[in-house]
Amino acid sequence: MSLIRLEKRPAPSRLFSALTPLMAVVATMIAGGIMFAILGANPLEAIRTIFWDPLFDPQFGPYSRPQLLVKAGPLILIATGLALGFRAGIWNIGAEGQYIMGAVVGAGAGLALYPSESPLLFPLMVLAGALGGWAWAMIPAILKTRFGTNEILVSLMLVYVAENILASVSSGLLRNPDGMGFPGSRNFRRDFPAASNTEIIENTGMHWGVVAAFIAVILAYVLMSRHKMGFAIRLAGEAPRAARFAGVSPTRLIIFCLGTAGALAGLAGLFEVTGPAGQISIDFNSGYGFTAIIVAFLGRLNPIGILLAGLLMALTYIGGELAQLMLGMPAAAIQLFQGMLLFFLLAMDVFANYRIRIGTPEVAK
Amino acid sequence: MDFGSINPILLIASLMVASTPILLAALGEMVVEKAGVLNLGVEGMMITGAVVGFAIGVNTGSSWAGFATAAVAGAALSMIFAVITQVLLSNQVATGLGLTLFGLGLSSLIGKPYVGIKAPGFSKLDIPILSDIPVLGPILFRHDPMVYVSLLLVAAVWYLLTYTRAGLVLRAVGENHSAAHALGYKVVRVRFMAIAFGGAMAGLGGAYVSLVRVPQWVEGMTSGAGWIALAIVVFASWRPWRILLGAYLFGGITVLQLNLQAAGSTIPVEYLSMSPYLVTILVLVIISVRGNHGAPGSLGRVFHASH
Repeated sequence: MSLIRLEKRPAPSRLFSALTPLMAVVATMIAGGIMFAILGANPLEAIRTIFWDPLFDPQFGPYSRPQLLVKAGPLILIATGLALGFRAGIWNIGAEGQYIMGAVVGAGAGLALYPSESPLLFPLMVLAGALGGWAWAMIPAILKTRFGTNEILVSLMLVYVAENILASVSSGLLRNPDGMGFPGSRNFRRDFPAASNTEIIENTGMHWGVVAAFIAVILAYVLMSRHKMGFAIRLAGEAPRAARFAGVSPTRLIIFCLGTAGALAGLAGLFEVTGPAGQISIDFNSGYGFTAIIVAFLGRLNPIGILLAGLLMALTYIGGELAQLMLGMPAAAIQLFQGMLLFFLLAMDVFANYRIRIGTPEVAK
Repeated sequence: MDFGSINPILLIASLMVASTPILLAALGEMVVEKAGVLNLGVEGMMITGAVVGFAIGVNTGSSWAGFATAAVAGAALSMIFAVITQVLLSNQVATGLGLTLFGLGLSSLIGKPYVGIKAPGFSKLDIPILSDIPVLGPILFRHDPMVYVSLLLVAAVWYLLTYTRAGLVLRAVGENHSAAHALGYKVVRVRFMAIAFGGAMAGLGGAYVSLVRVPQWVEGMTSGAGWIALAIVVFASWRPWRILLGAYLFGGITVLQLNLQAAGSTIPVEYLSMSPYLVTILVLVIISVRGNHGAPGSLGRVFHASH
């Protein structure tokens, strides 16, 4: 008999559920510090550059603080949608594709109406963006409900398809006709202000996508804690058999969770392409759809947690850029750092779900 | 478009080369899933194998050393997954995804100095007499050794799973881990070994991409091959020979679309490039319509021996 045993808790510990993300962050800082040391950087300086300087450094702070909301907005928006599905055991990991398609469809709708100055233009594009992401997520949803096809693989394959569509439209259908043949669409902020996602309050990074993210968090919170659908989602994830007996329709659940996640990812794409990115180009997407998966888990699949996790992850992005600039750290180091964070979190979850017992078990009498 | 420029013999010959990375990775993942574990980190382990294999290959000048180290690197990475899912009992889907994200970051970090360098050569076998047979010679007998190693591995895995005691234990653990545990088999130990094997195979597959198929290091160069390997395991209904069939089918599509691109097809390049992914989806749908036969009973479930 081993000396250390795990004993399943009847219900996950609330204390540890809240503590593990913090423990994971600390563990990641330590492991990350070791990694930075191997890469030849001073670990303490690296950690400070990533976590402290973007917010409080007098020189970089004013520039990077607004970036916090700019980067957190799409992450929170996408992760909030993903978490609904993850809680129900529906694994949509192709949010990156839904995010790209939302951007393509939304931007396409706007560019088709160029040079309209109607105040209804931007709302229309927002709608089209949500629709684009929704439709892209409906492919795995319908294949899953009609044929039982694995949604993990289908949604992921569709990311590669979406990336190819993006490459195609940015040098074809949506290319800037005045762009002298260069790939990429018109720049929304420069050439098409009526269709651009502007900063609402100057120098805060607060754009419409961030507003949408906050609204999504609130709605998701209400849905999960007050609405019947939220109950069905939780039940399906925690006790699938009980959910079936309670009359929860798996088909409706799959369509709802994938559809919502797709629409939110599509929104994130539209806000990104019309705002911070500025134009449809072959690489406007920056992988938010994948990082959002980490954000969803780091936030414990809980809307409020996701809000905090999104801000933290945005900080590592900005800090990573700063570390690249100041310490010559490779860009990939921060991706590795984010991956580590997810590992530590998943590993620490053992404390929430199990009691650690030391010593040999007593024989049952 | 000029179809005449596509040589069918060369097409089939390059099919075998294009399929080998997916074949190796899928075969490894099949063994992992046969033991009841779903590791979605194949892509991450492949890309790590690709960069490590390439780096060692370049530094030692030997592709064999590259392949060996890539297998070790893939297995080492898979041990992170094994510890977190088997000892700390985490969710396998989330952990596998984490492994893929981690592997992608790790590989571009390691690969930075190797961008734009040429791979060391890996000579083809050119088996005497056999390779001179018309048509069959160039298709079957003029490849590099890894192509034949991958075929031998299919046979070995098939034999081990079907006819040996170890294979039987592995399958028992995958079908019903509680029953296997009650019979006294070490569920966690068996799964650790299966996961390590899967990691080594994914590493080999990745190294084949960077050392033979491309052959150089490009960031993110496996571009979804690991995910296609996962799909092929489902396609193959967890049977080794069907893995071979599936991998060659997908390799064929990849090679065909690349040839069409080179032949100046009127279909835009982007639509040709997305075809392997669309075909994967199509095949998954057909398989699921037919019913998902053959999935191991305990696949993806957490095993916790309460006593």
